[in-house]
Order: sequence, then C-alpha cells, then structure tokens
Amino acid sequence: MSGPLLELSGLTVDIATEDGAPRTLLDGIDLTLARGEALGLVGESGSGKSMTVRAITRLLPAAARASGTIRFEGADVGAMDGSALRAYRDGGVGLVFQDPRAHINPTRRIGAFLIEALVRNRKVPRREALARAAAVLAEVGIDDPARRLRQYPHEISGGMLQRVMIASVLLAEPRLILADEPTTALDVTIQQEVVAILDRLRRERGMGMVFITHDLDLALAVCGRVAVMYAGRIVELRSADTLHERAAHPYTAGLLGSRPAIDRRAERLAAIPGRPVSAFESGQGCAFAPRCAHARPACEQRPPELTEFDGGLVRCARVTEIRPARPSKEASV
Amino acid sequence: MTRLLLHRLGGLLTTLLLSSVLIFGSLYLAPGSPENVLFGSRMPSAAARVAVRHRLHLDQPLPVRYWDWLTGVLHGDLGTSMVTGQPVADRISAGLGTTLLLVLMTMVLVVVLGLGLGLAAAVRPGRVDGAVSAFTSVSVSVPPFVASTLLISVFAIRMGWFPASGVGQGLGGKIDALVLPACALAVISCGFLARVTRNAVREELAREHVQTSLVRGLPRLVVLRGHVLRNALPPIITAIGLLTAGTFASTLVVESAFAVPGIGQLTIQSVAQKDFPVVQAVALLLVAAFVVCNAASDLIQALVDPRLRTAGSTS
Repeated sequence: MSGPLLELSGLTVDIATEDGAPRTLLDGIDLTLARGEALGLVGESGSGKSMTVRAITRLLPAAARASGTIRFEGADVGAMDGSALRAYRDGGVGLVFQDPRAHINPTRRIGAFLIEALVRNRKVPRREALARAAAVLAEVGIDDPARRLRQYPHEISGGMLQRVMIASVLLAEPRLILADEPTTALDVTIQQEVVAILDRLRRERGMGMVFITHDLDLALAVCGRVAVMYAGRIVELRSADTLHERAAHPYTAGLLGSRPAIDRRAERLAAIPGRPVSAFESGQGCAFAPRCAHARPACEQRPPELTEFDGGLVRCARVTEIRPARPSKEASV
Repeated sequence: MTRLLLHRLGGLLTTLLLSSVLIFGSLYLAPGSPENVLFGSRMPSAAARVAVRHRLHLDQPLPVRYWDWLTGVLHGDLGTSMVTGQPVADRISAGLGTTLLLVLMTMVLVVVLGLGLGLAAAVRPGRVDGAVSAFTSVSVSVPPFVASTLLISVFAIRMGWFPASGVGQGLGGKIDALVLPACALAVISCGFLARVTRNAVREELAREHVQTSLVRGLPRLVVLRGHVLRNALPPIITAIGLLTAGTFASTLVVESAFAVPGIGQLTIQSVAQKDFPVVQAVALLLVAAFVVCNAASDLIQALVDPRLRTAGSTS
C-alpha cells in the first residue's frame, strides 16, 4: 500500500459544555505520518496532545464532537462502522496509555490481559497466545515471563507494568503505535529504559508511532519529526535534528530555553511568562500572543497560518521579522 | 485464600458466640419471668413456684444457665418449648424449609430484576435510566408490610390468582402460595439492588481500563461482561449478602401477613407467648444467617478481586 499511514486534515474537536456553548479543544490539526515514521507531539497540559490521540482512536468523550478527516491507510476513520472500527483498533493502531496502573484491569492476571485481544479478535488458541505473550514479555525486558503471566497487576512495579502495556500493544502488531505520555508516570531512571525498549521494538517491526510527551528532549531523541502544539493548534513542525538550531516559533524557542542545562549551574530556570491557555480561551488572534515577547497589536487581531519557514512549518505572523536568536545557552557555550 | 477463609471462619464463630451472649442475656433481662407466662392468671403457691423455677433451671445464676444452654446448643439441643413442651429444634425445623424457600424465591426475584434493571439503567443513559430510576424511587419506599397488604388485596382477593393466606400441599402448592409473599419482600430490595448495580456499573464504565479494552478492538459486549460487570461485582455482592440477611428478618412481618407457617410466624407467636427457648433459638438463627451471608459475600468478593485476597493476613 502506498500513501501515508495516517493523515489528519483539519481535525477539530469541540466539547459541549453545560451552558451550551461548545468549547474548542483542537483547532484544525493537519498532520501526515509515513509508514514506520515516528512523530513527536509536544506541548503543555491542555494543548490538545491527548485529545488528538483520542480522536485518532475514536475514544473521545461522549460530549465531544470531531470534525475534519482522519485517514488511516486511506480509510476514513470517522466513517468506520462497528466491525471496521474494531478491526482498525485491533490491528491498525495500538495505544500505550500514560498510567498502566489505571489502564490495565486490576482484577485479571497479566496473562489474561495480554492474550485477550488475540484470543477474542483473531481466534488464536490460548496456549499459542500465551507462548507469544511470554516471548514478547521477554523482548520488553521482563524476566521470568511465565511467572509474570500468572501474576496480577498489583503484584508488579509500575515500570514493569508499563512494559506489560507496551508488550500488549506489540502483541497485536499494529501498523501505528500511539504512545500517550508513556513514561510520565514512571521514575526517571525507568523512563529511559522504557522509551528505549519502545523505540527499538518499534523500529524492528517497522511500526509508525505518534509519541506524545511534554518533554521536548525526549521527543527529539525518539522521533524523526516533532510537532509542537499550543492551545489546540500545531505551532511548529520540524524534523528533530534541525529543531534545536532552527526553532522559529517564539513558543518553541521558549520551551528550548526553559530546560535546565546539564553543564551550567542556574540560579533560576528561564520560564515562559504567563500560563498556558486552551484553544477556547484564546482570542481571535494568535493564542500565544499574550505570553509572547515579540507580540504586536496586529498579532491579537488575526490568527496566523501554519506556513513554511526554514525547512519546517511555523504558525507565527512575524516569524520572518523576529527569527528568534539561537537559545542563549548555546550562544554562551 | 485459605488463610482468608480461616480468618473469616474465626470471625464468624466469634460473632456468633458474642451474639449468643447478648441474646441470652437480653431475654432474661426483659421484664416478666418465664414462669409467670406458664402460670398465666393462676396464683400458684410459693412451693409450686419454686418447683417450676427449679425445673426450668431459673434458680441458677445467669452464667450457669447460659453455659448449660450453650453446651446444649453445641450438642444440637436447642431446649424445650415452654408452651408446647416440644423440642425447640422440632418446632424450628417444621418452619425452616418454608422460610428458606421464601427467602430463596425472594432473592431470585431481587437478583434477576435488580441486576437487570440496574444494568439497563447503567448502559442506557437517558430514557431507560430515567424510567428505571423512577421505578426504583417508588420501590425503595414500599416496605414489605405495605407491599403485603397491596398484593393481597389486588392479586389474592380481587384477581384471585394466588392464595391470600396459608400454604398448599407439596412443593408446587408451597411455591404457588409463596409467590405473593416473595414479591412483597422483593419490592424494596429490588429497587435497592437496582440502584447499587447502576452506580457500580456506571463507575466501572468510566474506568480507564475499560478504554484500554475498547481501544484494543474488543466487542462492546465482551468488554461489558469481562471487564465492567466483573469489576462492578464487589459492591453488588455486598448488597445481595446484606439483602439476603435482611430478608430473613423481614419474613417475620410477611409471614404473619400471609399466614405462612415459617420461622417468622413462629417467632412472632413465641415472642407473644414469651416462649424464651424458641425466641432464643430463632434469634440465634437470624444472627447466623446475617453472619453467614456476610462471610459468603466477602469470600466471593475475594474471588472476584485478587487485591482483597491478602486483606485477611494483614488486618
């Protein structure tokens, strides 16, 4: 099959509120993902990262309405009926959730959790499914898989449980993995291991991945391209290896500048002033304008378009004028 | 699991022992002495009174009497009825079958209707949910004695579908006669169980792991049965356990209303006649029903939820 693996065009999600006025959570997301490609979605809480993943899997809350189109291997996800949707969720996409403790049924054994989809959806015999599950558990670095299969989720650690979650997704061999902050609930030391496992196994199997995180560095390490989101919109999209040098949107620059440097002692970390807003809180103009050092009155009037700039896409009306200086950290090194 | 089982069994026996002390003590603290009931309006001589008191062991101190009674109970001897002179065990076993059948029929009704309605309300928000909650609000406010009167006047007297009192011959006749009493008992419990079920299922439906199952492409029915219902079971089982135990107690009222010769009716009679040995035995039986129902529901919960299995060893 040719063509992109996943294609979002004009994806917009509104959520109905008590007072009747719908609130926009996602506003016109355009994205394409090639087969086997890894794309990072980076942004603060409320920027719409998770909502994007939920829209892709049609797991939106009941009050939410999605418009625009989502195509997976050319098929319109929004138009799928019951069995087509199940087939798409079974073998098309796999979702690694943030909190495995909450997202794995606590009353059933790990083995039952791992093989359930195989046995139910693909009629794999139990014994064979268990053997496959044990093999994948070994691949994600879990020792003594046969014993783990008989254990319950509360009997193993969070890091191990997240590996079980990853194993459950790998078992289904989807073409696309959606990882929704897969390491946020884990210890820092375990985060790296889990991300490394996810990255390696995905590459080996040629699976595409959308990797959601609020950790820009993590996204740069794992993904080929990174989309930075702010207030329900993509504000910058760029390949990971050029984002450091060429970050053009003031928000991206702010994110890069607010990381602690490993080689210098800082009294205070630089921060972007103000607080992040959701799509429905932003006014007519650029959502980032109230926090942007480069904002002019014109920025508040008209929403900027996502336009090509310096090899990437940037949503900033003044980008050609301001082209932010390289992050100060690098200038001083 | 065995550990939990032993733990629960120990608790069960302790509860029974403690409640036996309470039951025995409270009945003898109650005003009026048993021998007065026997004498009725006659005025016995002091010697006769002493003789009767001696025969009933009433002249012994309370702890001694309790000990005699307890050892008797442990050997299967519940004492002798003061009114009829029959062994208490015989009087109770005569009504026990009927009462157990009544409780069973009631609980079948409660579980089938309560679970069904609760489930329907949970998975179909909107009109179905509204209708069910309207029904349950009415049903939880109809106590068995009100329901009994209503059912007798409509289905027994006006329609003549079921007997208004007494039970017929054989199992068929018994069941036929117990339909109305069972309905009277079930009304309130059914509404209660429907509410508990609805809320438990709603809560489980909102859990994150349900989304995981859905996003793995599992059919909705499989997710409902294997993940939602299964995990919603613990509070439902607790409710069923409590309702079963409560139904035993409610039979006192309903059996009197329908003149069903069961334990309930026996209790009411015996209390009125101050037939202490019978009342004690029945009270102990009721406590046993409560304790056993609770223990059973705890054990079933531990079967459903592995996280509860270690609770016995830590508490």
